Amino acid sequence: MNTTIMLFLLQDGITNGAIYALLGLALVLVFAVTRVILIPQGEFVTYGALTYASLAAGQMPGTAKLALALGIGAFAFDLFAARKALHGRLILRSIVANIVLPAIVLALTVYFAAQKPPVAVCIALSLVIVAMIGLFLYRIAFQPLAHTSVLVLLIASVGVHLALQGLGLLFFGAEGQRGPAVLSGSFTAGALRFTGQSITVYGITIAFIVGLWLFFGLTLYGKALRATAVNRLGARLAGIRTTLSGQIAFLLASVIGALSGIMIVPITTLYYDSGFLIGLKGFVAAIIGGLVSYPLTAVAALFVGIVEAFSSFYASNYKEVIVFMLLIPVLLLRSLAAPAVEEEKD
Amino acid sequence: MSALLSVTDAHVAYGKVEAVRSVSLEVGQNQIVTIVGANGAGKTTLLSAIMGILPLKGRVVFAGQDLSRLDIEDRVAMGLGLVPEHRELFVTMNVEDNLELGAFRIERSKAKASMERVYGLFPRLKERRKQLAGTLSGGEQQMLAMGRALMGEPKLLMLDEPSLGLAPIIVADIFRIVTELRASGVSVLLVEQNAQAALKIADQAYVMELGEFVLSGKASDVAANERVAASYLGFQHEGASVL
Repeated sequence: MNTTIMLFLLQDGITNGAIYALLGLALVLVFAVTRVILIPQGEFVTYGALTYASLAAGQMPGTAKLALALGIGAFAFDLFAARKALHGRLILRSIVANIVLPAIVLALTVYFAAQKPPVAVCIALSLVIVAMIGLFLYRIAFQPLAHTSVLVLLIASVGVHLALQGLGLLFFGAEGQRGPAVLSGSFTAGALRFTGQSITVYGITIAFIVGLWLFFGLTLYGKALRATAVNRLGARLAGIRTTLSGQIAFLLASVIGALSGIMIVPITTLYYDSGFLIGLKGFVAAIIGGLVSYPLTAVAALFVGIVEAFSSFYASNYKEVIVFMLLIPVLLLRSLAAPAVEEEKD
Repeated sequence: MSALLSVTDAHVAYGKVEAVRSVSLEVGQNQIVTIVGANGAGKTTLLSAIMGILPLKGRVVFAGQDLSRLDIEDRVAMGLGLVPEHRELFVTMNVEDNLELGAFRIERSKAKASMERVYGLFPRLKERRKQLAGTLSGGEQQMLAMGRALMGEPKLLMLDEPSLGLAPIIVADIFRIVTELRASGVSVLLVEQNAQAALKIADQAYVMELGEFVLSGKASDVAANERVAASYLGFQHEGASVL
C-alpha cells in the first residue's frame, strides 16, 4: 500500500465517520433524555435520503402521506390522553400541530414533486417530513411508555424499526436510489480530490456539532434537555415536562438522521433497508461512548469510519464483521471497568 | 380566609400497603406548618403524593383549585414547590444553571430578579455559582435545592427533611431562612425528624405515626404535649406514656 491509497482511505473513513458521529450523538441524546435506544434512527436516514432523491427525480414520496397518517394517530392519542379535561384550545392546538401542519406539507410536496424542484426545496421538504414523522412516532410509540423499563422501550423501538422498514419498501420499492449532490464541483489538494459533497459533509457535521454545543450550553431549552437527562424527577419538580424534552430529543434525532441521509445519498446508492446498517455504525460509536459521552462518541465514530474504510480495502467481504467486532473488546473492557449498570429507579 | 392548601381524607398506598391512611391537613397563608414523626411514619410519602409524584386517594385543594387531574409540572406552575429529601439536583450542571432551570415556568424578565433574591438568601450560592452542583457540600446542596424551588416563585414550599445529615450550624441557618420565607409571604410545609427545631419555628403542627395523624394543633401546644415531649423531643416527664 502506498501513502496515496492510505490518504484516500483516511479521507473516505473520515467522511463516513463524520456521518456516524452525527448519528451516534443523536442516539446518545435520545437515550439520555428518554431512555429509548433509537433503533429506527437508521430509518430516519433512509427516509430522509429517499424522500430527497424521489423529490429530486420528480416523484411523489410516500413519506409525506405517512406523516399525515401518523399525525392523525397522534391527534387521537392527544384526545384520548386528555379525555377527562378536554377544552377547545387544547383540541385546536392539537389539530393544528398534528393534522393541519402535515396536511400543508403534503400539499406542498404534491405541488413541488410534479415539477422537479430545486435542491434546496427538496432538502427542506425532506427534513420537515422526516422531522414530523419523528415527532409523531414519539407521541404514538414512546410517550405512552415513558414510565416503563429500558427493555420495554427497546422492544417498542425494534417494533417501530421493523414497521418503518416495511413501509420504506412500500414507499420506495426494492430498487436503490441516488440523489443529486448538494454542492457539485470538486478540487484537488495534493493527491487528494475533494468533491463538493464531501466538503458539505464536513461542513454540516461541524456546524451541527457546534450548534448542538451552543444549544445545550447556552439556551434554556437546551439546558432543560440536559436537566431531564441528568435527573428526571428533579426536572419535573422544576416544571420541565418530560414529554417536552422527549419531543425535542426526537426532533433533533430525526432531523440529524434525515440530514445524514441527504448527505450520503449523492455518494452511495441507498435502498429502503440501508439505513439500518448505517444507524448501527452510529450505534457502535455510541456504545463505545458508553451511551453517555458526546465527545467520546464523536471520536469513536471517526474511528469506526476509518476502520470501515480500511477493512473495505483489505477484506471488503468482512468489512461489517470487522466494524461490529470492535464492540466486543469495548464491551469486555467496560464490563471489567464498571459493575453492571442497574436499571434506573424512578 | 380559606386555607392555601387543604388535604382531606388522603390515602396513599404502595401496591396493597397503605403508607398514609385518612390524613387531613391545612396550611394557611403565611404559615409554617410542620409534620413531625419518626422514620417511616409516612411523612415523605404524603409530601410526594401532594406533589403528584405518587397517586393519592382523597381531595387536595391548592389555591382554590382541585389538584387531582394536574400532573407535577402543572402543580409547579400553580405555585406548589417541593424540595425533596434527596434534593434531586442537576449534579453535572453548575449552580447558576440549576437555579435558572428552577424558573423554567417563570417569565424570563422575572427570573433575573428571582435569582438575585435567592442569592440574597443564600450568599454561599453566589460565591459558587460556576461550580458544579455535584461538587457542593451537603449544606450547600440543600441550599441549592431550596433556591431552585424558590426560583419557581412558589406560594407554598414543601421541605422534606431539610436538616438531614447537616451540621448543626447549617441547620440553624436553614431554619432561620424558613422563617424569613414566611415573612416574605411564602407558606412552608415542613417535614422534619428534628422535631424540636421544627416545632420552635412552626405555627401549626401535626404528629404522624404509622401513616396517621395522632395529634395536631398549634405548634406550641403540640410541643407542650407530654407524649410528644417524651417520644420526639427527648424529655421524660413524670408519668408520660412512652410509645
